[in-house]
Amino acid sequence: MSIISVQNLSKHFKSLKAVDDISFSIGEGEVFGFLGPNGAGKTTTINILCTLLAPTAGTASIAGFDCVKQPDQVRSSIGLIFQDTTLDSGLTAYENLKFHAYLYNLDRKLTEKRIDEMLSVVELMGRKNDPIKNFSGGMKRRLEIARGLLHYPRVLFLDEPTLGLDPQTRNTIWEFINTLREREKITVFMTTHYMEEAENCGRIAIIDHGRIIALDTPQKLKDLVQGDTIHLVTENNERACAEISELFGIDCHPENGGLFIETERGEEFIPQLIHRLPVRVKSVNLRKPTLNDVFLKLTGRTIRDDVLSDDKEITREFVRSHRRAQR
Amino acid sequence: MIQFRPIYVICMREFIKFFREKSRLLGTLARPVLWLFVVGNGMSALIKPQAGFSYLQFIFPGMMGMTILFASIFSSISIVWDREFGFMKEMLVAPISRLSIVVGKAISGTAISAAQAIIILVLVPFLGIKLSVMEFLEVTALSLLVSFCITSLGILIAARLTSFDGFNIIMNFLVMPMFFLSGAMYPVTSMPPALRALTHLNPLTYGIDSFKHVLLADATPPMGPEFPLALDLAVVVAVSVLMLTLAALSFRKKE
Repeated sequence: MSIISVQNLSKHFKSLKAVDDISFSIGEGEVFGFLGPNGAGKTTTINILCTLLAPTAGTASIAGFDCVKQPDQVRSSIGLIFQDTTLDSGLTAYENLKFHAYLYNLDRKLTEKRIDEMLSVVELMGRKNDPIKNFSGGMKRRLEIARGLLHYPRVLFLDEPTLGLDPQTRNTIWEFINTLREREKITVFMTTHYMEEAENCGRIAIIDHGRIIALDTPQKLKDLVQGDTIHLVTENNERACAEISELFGIDCHPENGGLFIETERGEEFIPQLIHRLPVRVKSVNLRKPTLNDVFLKLTGRTIRDDVLSDDKEITREFVRSHRRAQR
Repeated sequence: MIQFRPIYVICMREFIKFFREKSRLLGTLARPVLWLFVVGNGMSALIKPQAGFSYLQFIFPGMMGMTILFASIFSSISIVWDREFGFMKEMLVAPISRLSIVVGKAISGTAISAAQAIIILVLVPFLGIKLSVMEFLEVTALSLLVSFCITSLGILIAARLTSFDGFNIIMNFLVMPMFFLSGAMYPVTSMPPALRALTHLNPLTYGIDSFKHVLLADATPPMGPEFPLALDLAVVVAVSVLMLTLAALSFRKKE
């Protein structure tokens, strides 16, 4: 009983393998997340699923409809909230929703009822006839969610739903999504590179360089990382690393001007470490496992901005050359 | 392939936005007034009336053509705006055909552009041009036809523009030459041969000439129409069909 089924899906742009032979299936009512750095292939996968891109190889289907052969049926079954806003800022909230209702051929009588219903759900009823150019980022996001749900889709796609929003708004948005999900019994497929956001998912696929490198519940993924993580900055990280390996017989990864150590019961290990390490310690930080550590463990990198900028640069370079080729 | 409700709502959106943007409407009306009464009056000092027709009367059909040219290109460039600001995605992921989007944009662009050209007709009494009801209807029909032609051309361009950077190039290297090489400001037959050849390739030339058939019916070249009306209509219709087909095709391929 899977509502989304993806088999051996690949998408190549010239030499870049944006999506490289991925397979997964999602059950009805599930909240499924794609976690990975920018340029990992998350948006490309969403674009294939919502029929905007044709895959190079493999198949994808939603609610039993093939994404390549039955695009109209697929499009009627899904709602999308994109990374960047796709509202018309020259129109009011009501007009944006009405436009959507007409595109999806909703029944005329039903349209008005649904618009009011959705506006109340996202608490924008009072702003119904206001032009949305005066809306804040969070309000626009909420309106987009209302619009994405207006035609009662069976699957809601959220591409980086809270990108660029402050943490408080991010939490509010998630409360909305969870309430709606329970009410409407819809399946949610989301992408993110925020670890905290990924915790909202029932299952997570960690994606890197177009491949799925792990797929499980957040808890099971975190279990992959044994124990706690200690982040240490010392006067000589290289030497400290070598000493730690020798003294305690454990691995350590240098990263971002510091080093990471995995250990059981970190709070008891730290005093011993500082006492026995011949290198002076500048700072120490203990963390219980998060999805970030899972990503680090699986890829040897963190989903951080330095990593991000690399991937972004590759994507940009690729887009540039792709555009040039098209001209 | 063509769905009525999406086309209707795409048109409504353009109309709502057109009426909300007061500056756009003002600009449309201000431009021909400026050309007529500032440039036109200035030029009138050099060009004496011929066979009872003044230079101001001569350039009036050209001003209608100019209004349509700018209005149609501006309307169809909204496709580039939509793409730049993301709204295009909302349409592309909806269960509607690409053709419906193109047709919706073509109808709304045509209507908005023709409406602006017809508004310009309020200047007619000040120029001493007499217009019967029948002639008014003829000009309206011709405005719609010419607007459709230029809007289709604009949509074809917009479908191929990948970013907003190309907009200035289009304005400087296509729209302005189309205006100057159209018989709007000077008779086609009086141009040097090289420019005359380019003017013959410009669909707007035939559109403006068709306006002259109605507005300057009694005038003879160089002040009056220079081509047979049948040729004017044939060229405008043929170019419209060709442009819209190419636009629909390239839209389908690109997105």
